[in-house]
Amino acid sequence: MIHSLFLINCSGDIFLEKHWKSVVSQSVCDYFFEAQEKAADVENVPPVISTPHHYLISIYRDKLFFVSVIQTEVPPLFVIEFLHRVADTFQDYFGDSNVGDTLPTGQLSNIPWRRAGVKYTNNEAYFDVVEEIDAIIDKSGSTVFAEIQGVIDACIKLSGMPDLSLSFMNPRLLDDVSFHPCIRFKRWESERVLSFIPPDGNFRLISYRVSSQNLVAIPVYVKHSISFKENSSCGRFDVTIGPKQNMGKTIEGITVTVHMPKVVLNMNLTPTQGGYTFDPVTKVLTWDVGKITPQKLPSLKGLVNLQSGAPKPEENPSLNIQFKIQQLAISGLKVNRLDMYGEKYKPFKGVKYVTKAGKFQVRT
Amino acid sequence: MANNSFAYNEQSGGGEAAELGQEATSTISPSGAFGLFSSDLKKNEDLKQMLESNKDSAKLDAMKRIVGMIAKGKNASELFPAVVKNVASKNIEIKKLVYVYLVRYAEEQQDLALLSISTFQRALKDPNQLIRASALRVLSSIRVPIIVPIMMLAIKEASADLSPYVRKNAAHAIQKLYSLDPEQKEMLIEVIEKLLKDKSTLVAGSVVMAFEEVCPDRIDLIHKNYRKLCNLLVDVEEWGQVVIIHMLTRYARTQFVSPWREDDVLEDNEKNFYESDDEQKENTDKGTKPYAMDPDHRLLIRNTKPLLQSRNAAVVMAVAQLYWHIAPKSEAGIISKSLVRLLRSNREVQYIVLQNIATMSIQRKGMFEPYLKSFYVRSTDPTMIKTLKLEILTNLANEANISTLLREFQTYVKSQDKQFAAATIQTIGRCATNISEVTDTCLNGLVCLLSNRDEIVVAESVVVIKKLLQMQPAQHGEIIKHMAKLLDSITVPVARASILWLIGENCERVPKIAPDVLRKMAKSFTSEDDLVKLQILNLGAKLYLTNSKQTKLLTQYILNLGKYDQNYDIRDRTRFIRQLIVPNEKSGALSKYAKKIFLAQKPAPLLESPFKDRDHFQLGTLSHTLNIKASGYLELSNWPEVAPDPSVRNVEVIELAKEWTSAGKAKKENPAKKFYSDSEEEEDSSDSSSDSESESGSESGEGGQSDEEEDSSEDSSSEQDSGSASELDADDRRDQRNLKTKEKADSEDGHKKNEKSKASVSSNDESSSIEESSSDSESESESESEPDSRKVTKEKERKPKQDRNSLAKDVSLLDLDDFNPISTPVVLPTPALSPTLIADLEGLNLSSSSSVINVSTPVFVPMKTHELLHRMSGKGLAAQYFFPRQPCIFGSKMVSVQITLNNTSDRKIENIHIGEKKLPVGMQMHIFHPIDSLEPEGSITVSMGIDFCDSTQTASFQLCTKDDCFSVNIQPPVGELLLPVTMSEKDFKKEQGVLTGMNETSALIIAAPQNFTPSVILQKVVNVANVGVVPSGHDNIHRFAAKTVHSGSLMLVTVELKEGSTAQLIINTEKTVIGSVLLRELKPVLSQG
Repeated sequence: MIHSLFLINCSGDIFLEKHWKSVVSQSVCDYFFEAQEKAADVENVPPVISTPHHYLISIYRDKLFFVSVIQTEVPPLFVIEFLHRVADTFQDYFGDSNVGDTLPTGQLSNIPWRRAGVKYTNNEAYFDVVEEIDAIIDKSGSTVFAEIQGVIDACIKLSGMPDLSLSFMNPRLLDDVSFHPCIRFKRWESERVLSFIPPDGNFRLISYRVSSQNLVAIPVYVKHSISFKENSSCGRFDVTIGPKQNMGKTIEGITVTVHMPKVVLNMNLTPTQGGYTFDPVTKVLTWDVGKITPQKLPSLKGLVNLQSGAPKPEENPSLNIQFKIQQLAISGLKVNRLDMYGEKYKPFKGVKYVTKAGKFQVRT
Repeated sequence: MANNSFAYNEQSGGGEAAELGQEATSTISPSGAFGLFSSDLKKNEDLKQMLESNKDSAKLDAMKRIVGMIAKGKNASELFPAVVKNVASKNIEIKKLVYVYLVRYAEEQQDLALLSISTFQRALKDPNQLIRASALRVLSSIRVPIIVPIMMLAIKEASADLSPYVRKNAAHAIQKLYSLDPEQKEMLIEVIEKLLKDKSTLVAGSVVMAFEEVCPDRIDLIHKNYRKLCNLLVDVEEWGQVVIIHMLTRYARTQFVSPWREDDVLEDNEKNFYESDDEQKENTDKGTKPYAMDPDHRLLIRNTKPLLQSRNAAVVMAVAQLYWHIAPKSEAGIISKSLVRLLRSNREVQYIVLQNIATMSIQRKGMFEPYLKSFYVRSTDPTMIKTLKLEILTNLANEANISTLLREFQTYVKSQDKQFAAATIQTIGRCATNISEVTDTCLNGLVCLLSNRDEIVVAESVVVIKKLLQMQPAQHGEIIKHMAKLLDSITVPVARASILWLIGENCERVPKIAPDVLRKMAKSFTSEDDLVKLQILNLGAKLYLTNSKQTKLLTQYILNLGKYDQNYDIRDRTRFIRQLIVPNEKSGALSKYAKKIFLAQKPAPLLESPFKDRDHFQLGTLSHTLNIKASGYLELSNWPEVAPDPSVRNVEVIELAKEWTSAGKAKKENPAKKFYSDSEEEEDSSDSSSDSESESGSESGEGGQSDEEEDSSEDSSSEQDSGSASELDADDRRDQRNLKTKEKADSEDGHKKNEKSKASVSSNDESSSIEESSSDSESESESESEPDSRKVTKEKERKPKQDRNSLAKDVSLLDLDDFNPISTPVVLPTPALSPTLIADLEGLNLSSSSSVINVSTPVFVPMKTHELLHRMSGKGLAAQYFFPRQPCIFGSKMVSVQITLNNTSDRKIENIHIGEKKLPVGMQMHIFHPIDSLEPEGSITVSMGIDFCDSTQTASFQLCTKDDCFSVNIQPPVGELLLPVTMSEKDFKKEQGVLTGMNETSALIIAAPQNFTPSVILQKVVNVANVGVVPSGHDNIHRFAAKTVHSGSLMLVTVELKEGSTAQLIINTEKTVIGSVLLRELKPVLSQG
């Protein structure tokens, strides 16, 4: 399986290595650097590279490359998934800077995912239903593709060995579900109830996709007019954003990100709301809108300076939109009840809903 | 465990960064030169002192720093003696870190390492299972050959340990010992054999991993454990699941017969839909024995299915490849949904999954067709993901979806990512060759691209056009002329070479241009790329042979230039050509045939998927990803002709209680049933699930538990899990003489199962996408659309030019007008170089802000079907029709209709076709191909096109079989006579302003407020009519737009909410009749609760 692992930072330093079998020289990473140079950007470094004696399988996370050295046939996803778990563990461990001095003891428990002897004075169980809308909107405003992807993240702080059952008002909405290993698959198949002994702390209970047969309500619309004049070194940029079907909830945390064409030198814009930045190196325009008030729709307009003499861009850039709606699961999914068995105390329970933009792209 | 040690490293690393920085010098010469640097010496002296101190805290601190050095790749070998002393430390934290150190340096300092061995040997007997396990782990990681016998002994003992955790570590140690000393193989296999029998879920994954590494060919070791592994699988940890599933896939391919029908193998592509039919036909025709799946084969397929819902991408992929390689083709469809789900994951997972889908989609299109849109490209995708998605979209393209896809490709061609734009052009070329209906459309689109500003795009287009023209050389003189002109501007060598080749091949079709091109090329010959030079020589030769009068001198001039070229290939080619074409006494008999040689018909190139040749690798493997056989890759064997003896998998159980026998008998019927209906069985066992939870838990519990306990819990849990297998075993063992009867029962099971699976096949078919079936039938239909489209284009040609100008502001890149004639202006296929076209093409680049009225994809496709023929009146033949709301490929004025035919009788229905048509004047119908036969319970979906002339008149025709004719009618709901269009709010208002007076109808609607929420209105309107949504700036106004299919008249629908639960419904259209019918239909729907 995995022979060695190297961690490489964005400036190309190998700052951590681990060998599970014999030691493999760092020089094996030269093949990786070579591939990295060939690739246009970090996103395009091939995850699997073949070298004369080894295979390198790598992932890119949080500006770090995790490069593993493989010697024989192995399912590449096995390695990739593992490396991401390693990265997750790092994130958990170093995430909030208070790195504990005692190391986890790796004790064995009857339930592999839950340590024994958990004790809390306040017993709490919280669930976050987070839904993301993935969409491609074409330039006329009609939806080319839209889909809802959801997750239920749990934060469980319960003493002992609680056995939980979570049921939904409308479980049929969930078209395709993937489970945390703690969930009893058969109960779900037969009763559509999530029955599980939870791990302690934060974890992702399920991920799901809402049946594509349902029409996805798109909560925002975007009016845009982006144009570049032929043989002139300027262009116009005008984007307005508004709420569509907001179901009485405020849309907030709106951000518009645009990768402008390479010939754009600078942008001179005026937002009616929020602030914007344009990075002339990466050509990324970011407009931090905030929340929408329907009375006055936020817009961003102004001039685009182009490199003089260069041909005008062929295609207008796509707009990537981020937003957030609190207290709403856009699919209509609703938790019915949470029951606990196996322990006697009364836990405090809570469910929170939020809808966000996922990969939400407006073609212009 | 590995993770832990990481954690240590980084933790200490953080604080030590500054100090370690000073040590940088020592890394230059990792060993030997160490002592030369005093600062290092001092630094390490410090560590040594800490290690020798009495305080554990100091020791721990030192160890953390040392392990930090190791993690950073710095040399800490010099500290070996100081560290190794602490191996016997009582403090478990220190101990762990010392172990980490030893694993890294023992190989380098073997003699010293041996000092620590006795400590490990003692630790192997420690009462704490964690210490026993980690001692074994370190011992097996110390790569010192002398201790091989000690390791072997330790592994053997650990494999009999009471703690499953220690046994798991024994399995891990096997692989390490094997890599250190392959001589130990035979002894290790014995241990593997023993551990394979282990019933703990903790051990299963690790021992199978050892098996795969040490003795993957000893398939005989698996037989007796096969059923147990299948049953344990769901409870094994994720990583173990992946390994076990891959191993069992290989196992299944050696032990069971193929569940695929022969014709599937030959013709995988689109046929699997009819599988059930074929199956039967084959059986009756040849009288062969019906296929019955081995219950063990079924067990594996059934038990892996829940794992498709794993959170672990590797597990999902493993199950997907298992279904792909060993499940009946009709059942493999369930994996698509899960694989598509993985596309939401990070880019590395996407990359691998898309690669595998690319391979699958070549062989079995139907599997992924329903998820077509999930492969649409986002501008933020990395290029490697984009190109893979494009590959899949190309594989999935068929007659039914090509219009949608071409529209999508249009966006891609304009991408800023030029590499991707070029790949899209290749794709369009492939679609053009694969789908003859759109060849002309694509070709015209590509010709438009020749005037693109980007050279890469132009060059790629030239290359693809060359290939396309080669396939149908006639009637493309104009395009060739256009390309000849490009030679003045384009500089990319491949493109220039392609143009020259094309002119040479068609020199007789462009007799005036070709010699002129040769003249220009003669001038620039010396400065051309070698690739271009070769083609100039070819062009000269071809012209010399066909038009020597004009080109003789030119050609000779070029040949002279070539003779003295620097490149020997060009000199060779020159010599060769001269000998062939210029007759002299030396030239042999060949020169007589020069014309035949140069101007022979050349076979058209095949534009194929680069994933075509990957299917011989097992999916999900590294070898598949790299398309190279990786070392250690295990070939997937072909299905055996005859299954090896299935009884080898029967397990003997030692004790037999009497109650067991009776229980077994009572349940006898059950197993067979259970096999096929997961849910029922799951209900049975689910009530006991909480019990089994705790029981299986105790297996993996503390090391102190007794063997007996473990056994009993295992027995009971396996009983619950999957009655069938273990009960059969019990029967078997109970009485050897019963063996024969049991086998009979087995095969009966097989029969039953076969029936059931057939039933499930057909139900699958029904539920699976309708598009899929339509594509099948449509591919059979002949290309009647051609004359139609030509007619259309002629009409358009006749249209005055000013008309075009008004429309020409926005030109679709690809001419999609074959599908939607009015919405977009036309890029004419024939006069490719007309001035108007050039004007159009210029317009192309200004498109962004001008008005757009385009046919778009349907917002919603209601699944409602209408009865065409009831089974009672159709003597067993039932037919339903459905409006897929897709542009019709048979004719631009036709409405697509899909008809699903079902045979509900018990005999075959033959020759289903359409007989006499009774259509009102002007109406036209494109019928489906006759269907040779439809098996009982069989179902088939076919596509038709009907031109209803924008009226709701009934199309009557006869649906005939071999023996009967049934009169049937299709009356379209008015909402299906439309195609949705997209337009801006401004355009909508403008158009609406034109369509007033007579052209406007309206009605007042009263309904409860909850019916007037935006989503409800949208849902209701699109359910009734195939209209597009127009973005609206007002919350209380909803606008929808469409055009009629036949005449292309606009149909504008407005719902304006007023105060007091009322709303105004307005329809503007020239087609007042269907406008008012639509109003009548929408009104009650909108006011309903």
